[in-house]
Amino acid sequence: MEIKVLVVDDEIDFLETIVKRLEKKGLHTVGVTSGEDALIKIQEKYYDVILLDIKMPGGMDGLDALKEIKSKQPLAEVILLTGHGTVESSVEGMRLGAFDYVLKPAKFEELCEKIAQAYMKKADQDNKIRKANIQQLLRFPGRVFDQD
Amino acid sequence: MSKPMYRVFRQRMIVITLLISFVPLTLLGYTIYYGFAKAYCQRVEQQMTARVTACSQSLDLFLEERKVILSATAKSGSLAYYNDPSHLRELFETINNQTGGGLVDLGVIDSRGDHLAYVGPYSLEGFNYREQAWFNLVMAKGIYVSDVYMGFRQMPHFVIAVKAGDAAGDWILRATIDPEIFARIVTTAQTGKTGDAFIINSAGICQSPSRFNKKEILAPSGMDPSRFGSSTTVVKKTTQSGLRLVHAGKWINNDNWLLVVTQDMDENLPSFSDMKTEEITIFLIALLAIVVTTVVTTGMSVNKLQERDRELEELNAHLIQTDKMAALGKMAAGVAHEINNPLGIIATKAGWMRDLLEEEEFRKSDNFKEYDEALQKIEEHVERAGKVTHNMLGFARSMEPVMERVNINGVLKKTLEFLDHHAQINNIRINTGFDDAIPEIMSDRSQLQQVFLNIINNAVDAIEKQGTITVQTGKNAENLVIDIKDTGKGIPDTVKKRIFDPFFTTKAAEKGTGLGLSITYRIIEKLGGTIKVKSRKGQGTCFTVVLPLTLSKKTIA
Ligand SMILES: Nc1ncnc2c1ncn2[C@@H]1O[C@H](COP(=O)(O)OP(=O)(O)OP(=O)(O)O)[C@@H](O)[C@H]1O
Ligand SMILES: [Mg+2]
Repeated sequence: MEIKVLVVDDEIDFLETIVKRLEKKGLHTVGVTSGEDALIKIQEKYYDVILLDIKMPGGMDGLDALKEIKSKQPLAEVILLTGHGTVESSVEGMRLGAFDYVLKPAKFEELCEKIAQAYMKKADQDNKIRKANIQQLLRFPGRVFDQD
Repeated sequence: MSKPMYRVFRQRMIVITLLISFVPLTLLGYTIYYGFAKAYCQRVEQQMTARVTACSQSLDLFLEERKVILSATAKSGSLAYYNDPSHLRELFETINNQTGGGLVDLGVIDSRGDHLAYVGPYSLEGFNYREQAWFNLVMAKGIYVSDVYMGFRQMPHFVIAVKAGDAAGDWILRATIDPEIFARIVTTAQTGKTGDAFIINSAGICQSPSRFNKKEILAPSGMDPSRFGSSTTVVKKTTQSGLRLVHAGKWINNDNWLLVVTQDMDENLPSFSDMKTEEITIFLIALLAIVVTTVVTTGMSVNKLQERDRELEELNAHLIQTDKMAALGKMAAGVAHEINNPLGIIATKAGWMRDLLEEEEFRKSDNFKEYDEALQKIEEHVERAGKVTHNMLGFARSMEPVMERVNINGVLKKTLEFLDHHAQINNIRINTGFDDAIPEIMSDRSQLQQVFLNIINNAVDAIEKQGTITVQTGKNAENLVIDIKDTGKGIPDTVKKRIFDPFFTTKAAEKGTGLGLSITYRIIEKLGGTIKVKSRKGQGTCFTVVLPLTLSKKTIA
């Protein structure tokens, strides 16, 4: 199954390149330059991992975008891209449900690593939900499957 | 204020304080003294007036007595009778016995001026007085008292002459008065050491000797009789030598003579020059005490002021420095952010190129190796620039600490873990000596981590390969003490002064930014601590960080 990644960053040069590199890695990647565009994108399609720049001048602030995304797609894992000045906001972002944060300028390998972890967590989550759904379908109330 | 300004200020304060303490005192003293002197002068004047009045009465009485006796005698006797020397002598002795002396001689002169009979120490019979002024006056007026004059005798004297008339014609009975006896009465009016009393005539000629003026009879007195009125008059005069003289005068002898009593006003008036030595000593001691107190207290307050000013200046300088650093920090943060973004882009672009380079056709290219090397350089320098911005941000963030409870040993352990791998590669041993009894302190954990990281990183750099880093903690009464020692190459004295300066580094451009220790210094200062360095070239370095156990007000503010 293809991992679907959405990258949100106002710096177009950065965005384009990172999208290309992730594509080359075999991830299905889409890039947008604002929080608003990101919200439109997640309406259209389901994303596994969203890379979100926390500091975007003008328009929607990264943390607000995070809140919106989490309310619309609670299962999508969000990795925050943060500068030095916004480490505190990132910590706040983690509390709001972000998976992790990466300090810019980020090493590409580190980024890929984080995406993989996020995807694994998400997939795990998906699995749990699927299992729960199956239980529901089979109408075995009270029985719990051992998951680990 | 500059040094000389403090001196001027101090001098001014001393002068003003002394003036304030002395001027009113002097004024008061002067007023009291002046009041006293005025009252004293009035008393002196009163006394002199009384004396001159009393004395003038005695003198007038003396003259009047003799005039009365002589004229009564002349009127009741006759020329023929007194022409007899034995009768004249009888009269002379009677008068002198009855009135206590005073007549020097007694003579009878006829209307032609011939001296007919004479009793006295001289032999004046046969002299003719027609040409003498007194003779003509007595013939005209009937009774006459002369001024003192020398006459035939060449002795100062004065005469009382009365005219009488009988059948044989007019004749004159003339007595010479002993000026000594007369002067004796005058001297009763003299008082004190300098007091003087004398008589002058209307022309200002002395009629009795003046002791004070050292004037003989008949010498000019130097006084102007016209200044004295008909009743007792007081005249004040200051001589050239500065004596303040008071003259009291009263006209006597039918306003022909002036009795003058003179006194030096200041004779009995206590003056400053009359003060006794002990009084002067006490005064001088008091004066000295005031001056010394003034100088000492002024000196003390000026010193205090100077100290205050210096403290204020230091505080100002510190504030300005803090302001500057804050501004610098803001700028550093801004610059770092601005540079960080392009750096990020460059890094990703380079990464993308590297991705593409992995592809088959590029690998086969002749220039593959060149591309690869160029990319590697780009990546390396992006990383280097990243390190600068990272440090600059650290520098900027050292501005406001976030206080929490911190276990220093824990922070150090964490920091050392970071460096463990690197140290092992370079054959660097890390020894620790942690005092487990040190308490947690209020401080900024991440900033402290930065501090220790900077210092230990420097130690690793200084050692290069093979060596030991020793980290020790401990405490004294007020502080935590952290020692970080290395066996590295040491710091030369010329460098030591500058290691805390921003951007000062001795390392190659890609290795050091020179911000590490300046950030460290600022952080520790913010946290209320101090950092010191001890180092010998070639023997290693020891950095000692001292942190307060409890935050002082200064750190919190
Ligand atoms: N332990 C040490 N032994 C010898 N020299 C030292 C040591 N610590 C610091 N220095 C000297 O002080 C200089 C300044 O140190 P500082 O940490 O401020 O900058 P840097 O280490 O050169 O660069 P940066 O820390 O920014 O990478 C160093 O270049 C070095 O010469
Ligand atoms: Mg350093």
